[in-house]
Amino acid sequence: MKLLDVENLKVSFPTRTGVFDAVRGVSFTLGQERLGIVGESGSGKSMTGRAILRLIRPPGRVTADRIAIEGEDILSMSEKQMRSVRGQRISMVLQDPKFSLNPVMRVGDQITEAYSVHAKSSRAETRRKALEMLEAVSIRDPERVFRSYPHEMSGGMGQRIMIAMMLIPEPKILIADEPTSALDVSVQGQVLNIMDKLVQQRGMGLILISHDLNLVSSFCDRVLIMYAGRIVETCRADALHDAQHPYTRGLLNSLPRLDEPRTQLEVLKRDPAWSEAPSVSGAS
Amino acid sequence: MSSLRNWLITDTPTSRRHAQLASFYHGWLEFKANRLALLGLVILCLLVLIAALAPWIAPHSPFSQDLGNRLQPLGSDEHLLGTDSLGRDLLSRLIYGSRITLYIVALVALIAPIAGLFVGTVAGYVGGWTDTILMRITDIFLAFPRLILALAFVAALGAGIENAVLAISLTAWPPYARIARAETLSIRRSDYISAVKLQGAGALRIITKHIWPLCIASLIVRITLDMAGIILAAAGLGFLGLGARPPSPEWGAMIAEGRKFILDFWWVATVPGLAIFTVSLAFNLLGDGLRDVLDPKSNK
Amino acid sequence: MNNSGIDINKLNVWFGHGEDRVDAVRSASFTVPNGGSFGLVGESGSGKSTILRALTGLVPDWNGAMSVAGETLGKSRTRNFYKQVQMVFQDPYASLHPRHSVDQVLGETLQLHGFKDVETRIMRLLDDVGLGPQFRFRYPHQLSGGQRQRVAIARALASEPSILLLDEPTSALDVSVQAEILNLLTDLRAEHNLTYLMVSHNLAVVSHLCQQIAVMQEGDIVEILSVEDMRAMRTAHPYTQHLLQSSLGYVREENNQV
Repeated sequence: MKLLDVENLKVSFPTRTGVFDAVRGVSFTLGQERLGIVGESGSGKSMTGRAILRLIRPPGRVTADRIAIEGEDILSMSEKQMRSVRGQRISMVLQDPKFSLNPVMRVGDQITEAYSVHAKSSRAETRRKALEMLEAVSIRDPERVFRSYPHEMSGGMGQRIMIAMMLIPEPKILIADEPTSALDVSVQGQVLNIMDKLVQQRGMGLILISHDLNLVSSFCDRVLIMYAGRIVETCRADALHDAQHPYTRGLLNSLPRLDEPRTQLEVLKRDPAWSEAPSVSGAS
Repeated sequence: MSSLRNWLITDTPTSRRHAQLASFYHGWLEFKANRLALLGLVILCLLVLIAALAPWIAPHSPFSQDLGNRLQPLGSDEHLLGTDSLGRDLLSRLIYGSRITLYIVALVALIAPIAGLFVGTVAGYVGGWTDTILMRITDIFLAFPRLILALAFVAALGAGIENAVLAISLTAWPPYARIARAETLSIRRSDYISAVKLQGAGALRIITKHIWPLCIASLIVRITLDMAGIILAAAGLGFLGLGARPPSPEWGAMIAEGRKFILDFWWVATVPGLAIFTVSLAFNLLGDGLRDVLDPKSNK
Repeated sequence: MNNSGIDINKLNVWFGHGEDRVDAVRSASFTVPNGGSFGLVGESGSGKSTILRALTGLVPDWNGAMSVAGETLGKSRTRNFYKQVQMVFQDPYASLHPRHSVDQVLGETLQLHGFKDVETRIMRLLDDVGLGPQFRFRYPHQLSGGQRQRVAIARALASEPSILLLDEPTSALDVSVQAEILNLLTDLRAEHNLTYLMVSHNLAVVSHLCQQIAVMQEGDIVEILSVEDMRAMRTAHPYTQHLLQSSLGYVREENNQV
């Protein structure tokens, strides 16, 4: 069974000049794999991730024919049921750890709180579990980190703590929205490595939302390319550089490359037909 | 009509004036969406109209006494809102009193925020010793209870509306200085200030042309929200006999007069009280709406 | 010395005093010839942006020697310096005053530099950066990120400088917009014979625009190499090697494979 099944997802926002459709009928499935969603800002990639968790606030509207986690429809769930789905079965890591961690709470307290919301267990047991999790995200001195405040942590450390927090309830699906774009390249590699390892060990499904084509093609198994709220192309990640759609080709060609010097970079010429063409299905 | 609307909501203005009008219209649309703020604006516009047209709409002179007709109840012939202890028509006094209220509000609104803006932005931008000295002075003013300080000033300067305004302004500016300083500190570090410094702009230009326009927005919001308090402080001084002198129809002074008969002739104090209440509320509603439009932090 | 665009010798920059003192840049030396383009790469906190801020006089505490276009820099900058050297900032959303229209931004800049024919110059600047006259009266919130960055570049060009400092000019932009801005910068350099000093964390972007590249790590310049050496990965320092490796994308560790 598919971990996640999304059919005809739409997100729209009313504005003064009419309704703005951020996501326009996106369908895809997720198995035990690393699925990348790439696109430029405004392509609807982040909205897709948020809509799956039903985190779009009014006046934004989410509709879909079906959003199912392990076969169970979440569209019809009440907000209360949804709260037990979020975190428990599907989790999200956001771009900047600075904004996701509470600055006046010790790291350890935040982790144990995240854990005790979902499971009833003794204090000592929770603490042991939290320390174990910090160790799993390659934090060398978990006891010290446990006692410290978020501002004492570097960006990479903060992001690892976020990942630890998100993974403690052992969700089946992790959605990571630009998890490394606030980090330096060398730290990026470490954070991705940790996510990769945990996802594989636990048989999770991972959705990596990113604007970085190189990163997605080297990290993921499968890629969806989004443009103007629709999926324009889907392909195997390692074959991304042979992508067919002119938009994907344009994006790839507009990147400066270390290995081939060029005096002028190719500029993407947008074709109105791209946003009119129906969305490609992202089912595997 | 719709072409005018389109011209106004365009994202591609074609001239300086067009751009200004379009951004003004944009703000108006946002303001209009807040019904209560609109109500506040309507009430205040009415107040201005009433004050401007006072001689024509007031049924009687606010000062003419008629001792035979004293303390008439609400709705009596000739006197819609009754009369006070000297037989003066309350409605007429209320209408003329709106002029005094507006006068006080306008003067305080001019003096206090401008003084605060000046002190706050200079302290925030220049920093160092200037900052320390200016902000300690601000702190000293903040340390006194407002009405007491105003009382002391009025006692020293003598009773009268102008002195009341001066006293209220002297007690009202420190919070504005603090807001302006806090805003300046965050604006000072921003890239667009660095960029204009790199063009060789001096401190005076940066403060007046780049920092003031951003501070003024939040000060306007703050002053409209504070208006209620200022009106009440003015009324309070009037009530204590330190603001407007009798027989001037200042609303606070009117309440003070009515106080003597409040149990038997309640409306004499209540009518001006309701007027103060309505105008204060209108200013608060307006301030709320302006915050949605002007406050850069609430912008999406 | 005279033909040197930028000459920096043993530059130290620090923040704070006594125990709180942080050395942001330690003994940095490099030279950018007139008309050349030089890149500073490194991760956050390596001190690369601090060098730019020291050059422009935006940081108070430094020692060493800096000279620009033959003029030795002291504690304060002269009007002539600001005519010669201009900067483009990283975040186009933060570098434009939110309540000033494009017209106001460019008009004020031109006035500050004492130009009389402001009208014609505004039109020419807009044209130079590929924005039509229809953008002249817009406010920043009516512009996309790429358009904002073009306005910021136009502002930097207003004084007709010979040196442009670029602080991560494309890192806040989408890749397709990045390509447009990089092309624009390439064209402008050719047209106006500009000297570039560029800071970036993205090796591909730096190597696209620059001929010489200095790699910085925690305040030190660890290596200066030519773009050809960088492209061919001929590097002496392990840190440069590491950065180059990381920039190629994610490398899966062997023991991760299931």
